Amino acid sequence: MVWEPKDRLAAAEPTTESALGHKLQNAVTALCKLYPTKQAALLPTLHKVQAELGNLSDQAMIEVAQILEISPAQVLDTAAFYDMYTRQKRGKHIIGVCESLSCELCGGGELLNALKNTLKIEPGQTTPDGKFTLITMQCIGACDFAPAMIIDEKLYKTVTPDQLDKILLEIDK
Amino acid sequence: MSFKPILTKNVGISSIRKLDVYRQNGGYNSLDKLFKTPRDKLLQTVKDSGLRGRGGAGFPTGLKWSFLPKDHPGPFYLVVNFDESEPGTFKDRYLCDQDPHQIVEGVIATSYITNCAKAYIFIRGEFPEQAQILQKTVKQAYKANLLGKNILGSGYDLECVVHRSAGAYICGEETGLLEGLEGRRGWPRLKPPYPAVEGAFGKPTVINNIETICCVPHIINNGPAWFASMGTEKSTGPKLFGVSGHVNKPGVYELPLGIPCRKLIEDYAGGVRNGKRCKGAIPGGVSMGVLTEEELDCPLDFEGPPKYGCMGLGTAGVIVMDEDTCMVTALRNIVRFFAHESCGQCTPCREGSAWMLQIINRILAGDAAPKDIDLLVELADAQGMMPGKTICGLADGTAWSVRVFIKKFRNEFEAKVKSKSTVTV
Repeated sequence: MVWEPKDRLAAAEPTTESALGHKLQNAVTALCKLYPTKQAALLPTLHKVQAELGNLSDQAMIEVAQILEISPAQVLDTAAFYDMYTRQKRGKHIIGVCESLSCELCGGGELLNALKNTLKIEPGQTTPDGKFTLITMQCIGACDFAPAMIIDEKLYKTVTPDQLDKILLEIDK
Repeated sequence: MSFKPILTKNVGISSIRKLDVYRQNGGYNSLDKLFKTPRDKLLQTVKDSGLRGRGGAGFPTGLKWSFLPKDHPGPFYLVVNFDESEPGTFKDRYLCDQDPHQIVEGVIATSYITNCAKAYIFIRGEFPEQAQILQKTVKQAYKANLLGKNILGSGYDLECVVHRSAGAYICGEETGLLEGLEGRRGWPRLKPPYPAVEGAFGKPTVINNIETICCVPHIINNGPAWFASMGTEKSTGPKLFGVSGHVNKPGVYELPLGIPCRKLIEDYAGGVRNGKRCKGAIPGGVSMGVLTEEELDCPLDFEGPPKYGCMGLGTAGVIVMDEDTCMVTALRNIVRFFAHESCGQCTPCREGSAWMLQIINRILAGDAAPKDIDLLVELADAQGMMPGKTICGLADGTAWSVRVFIKKFRNEFEAKVKSKSTVTV
C-alpha cells in the first residue's frame, strides 16, 4: 500500500463493535491451522479481510493482530509493504493497468491515457460516483497479451482504447 | 531432430484441469515408480539428468537438494516459487493455466525425494485466477489421496497449501519469499544460513521454481539419459520460452535449451510485427541486459547470454523491440520498475535505483549534461551483490540492465542528451 500519514486526533476512537464479525474471525482462525506459526497466516488473512470489507481499517488490523497474537504494528508493517493492500476506501471496481516493458511497447501508455480521459481521474484516484478506482501495476505476468489490465481479479487481454467503453459498461452492470 | 513438447504436451486437451482427464493422459504415472525407489537413488537420477533451476539462476537442482542436512529431526518444507514477477515472464502462469495437475505431481515428486512433510506453493498476488485454479487442483488431489495422509498406500504423508502473496517483486528472491510466507515484509535475509539449512520457520527448506519441479516427474518416468539428451551439454532438457513485445505471435514456446534467439523470434514467434527490423531483444527478463540485432544468434541456454555481455538466461522471457523503439525510454521503464520494487532494505539499491530513474528522466526531458551518462554507469557499478553492496541480487538486475543498455546503445543516449528533445510517456 502507499504510505499515508494519519491525523491521530481525527482518527476514530476504537469501537467495541467488531470490524471483522464472526464469519471473518472464524475464517482467520481456520487459516492459522495451515501454518506452523500464526503470523504466517497474515498475508492470506489480509486478502480475506480486504476482499470482504473493501479496505484494511485500523480497527480490522487491530483485531487481526489479536487473533494472530502479534502486535497491531506488525500487521501494519506487513500490510504497508505489499502493493495490493490498501487502507483507503476504493471504488466498487478496481482497474489495474500494467505499465511494464512489454505492455508499454505494445501500447500500455495509450491504454492508460484513454482510461484517464474516460474516467477523468488519475492513477490512485476513485471516480466521484465511487464506481471505479484506477491504479497502475507492475508486470502482471500477461506479456503475451500486452497491453493487459486486471479488473476485479479478471484479466483483460490485448485491450485497445476503443474497447474500453464496452468493457466498462459490462462490468458496471 | 524434431522436438516433442514435454511440459506442454497436454496443452489444448479439453478439461485437462480435471483429475481423471489428466490421468487418462498419463498423469500421476510417475508416482508408482517414485514410491518404490529409494530416495538416494531418486536424488542421483535428478543429479544425472543435469536439471538446472528454471527460476533464473540456473543452479543445479540435484545439488541444491543434497545440501539438506542428513541428521535433522525435521520437518522439512518445500516452498514452490510461483512468484514470477520479472517483466517479460509468463511461463509459469501458462503452465498453471494449461496443466495444473502437472504442478501437483511435481510437488509430490519433489517433496518425496527431499523428504518434505509440507509443501507451500507461493503464488504472486497478481495471479488471482491461477490461485483459484491451483486451489481447486490441490483439493481434487486431496480427495483422490494424492495428497494428505498415506498417499496411495505408500506410507508417505504430504500436506500442500497454496499461499497467495500480495504484489512484491522482491518475494521472488528466495529468502524474501520465506519472509512473505512467514507473514512479514519481504526483506531478503542475509546468507548464510542458506534455506537448505535454515529456511521457512527455521527448518530446512527446499525452494524451487514451478517449471523445475514440473520436470521432475518426467525425469523419473523417462530416466536421466533421456532428459540429458535434450539441450546442450551443460544446459539439459526442455525449457519454456516466453516471447513478447513487438512480435507477430507472442506466447510460450517449449524448446530444447540452446536454441538461437533469432530462430525463436523468427521461426516460432512469427518475426517482428509490421515487417519491421528488430533493434534488440532482452534474452530473459528485464534484469538480464539486452542483445542487439547482430547478437541475436546467441544460443538461449545458461551459458549463451553471458558471452554477449548479458547476466544470464534468467527466466527466458524474451522481449523483442523493433527498430522504432527508443532504447532510453525502454531503459526508463526497466529502471522505474526496479526503483518501484526495491524493498528499501539496502541503501545503495533504494537510493541508487531512484537516482538512476531521475537521471534517465532528465535525459529524456532534455535537461541532462553529457556527464550524466557516466554518472549512470558509475551508479550502476556501485550497487548490487557483486560489488558486495547489497543483500540480494535485485540491485544487480538494475545495474546490469543500465550498464548493458548504455554500452550497446550509447549513441542513442548521447543523441538524447544533445538533442534536448522532449518525450513524454
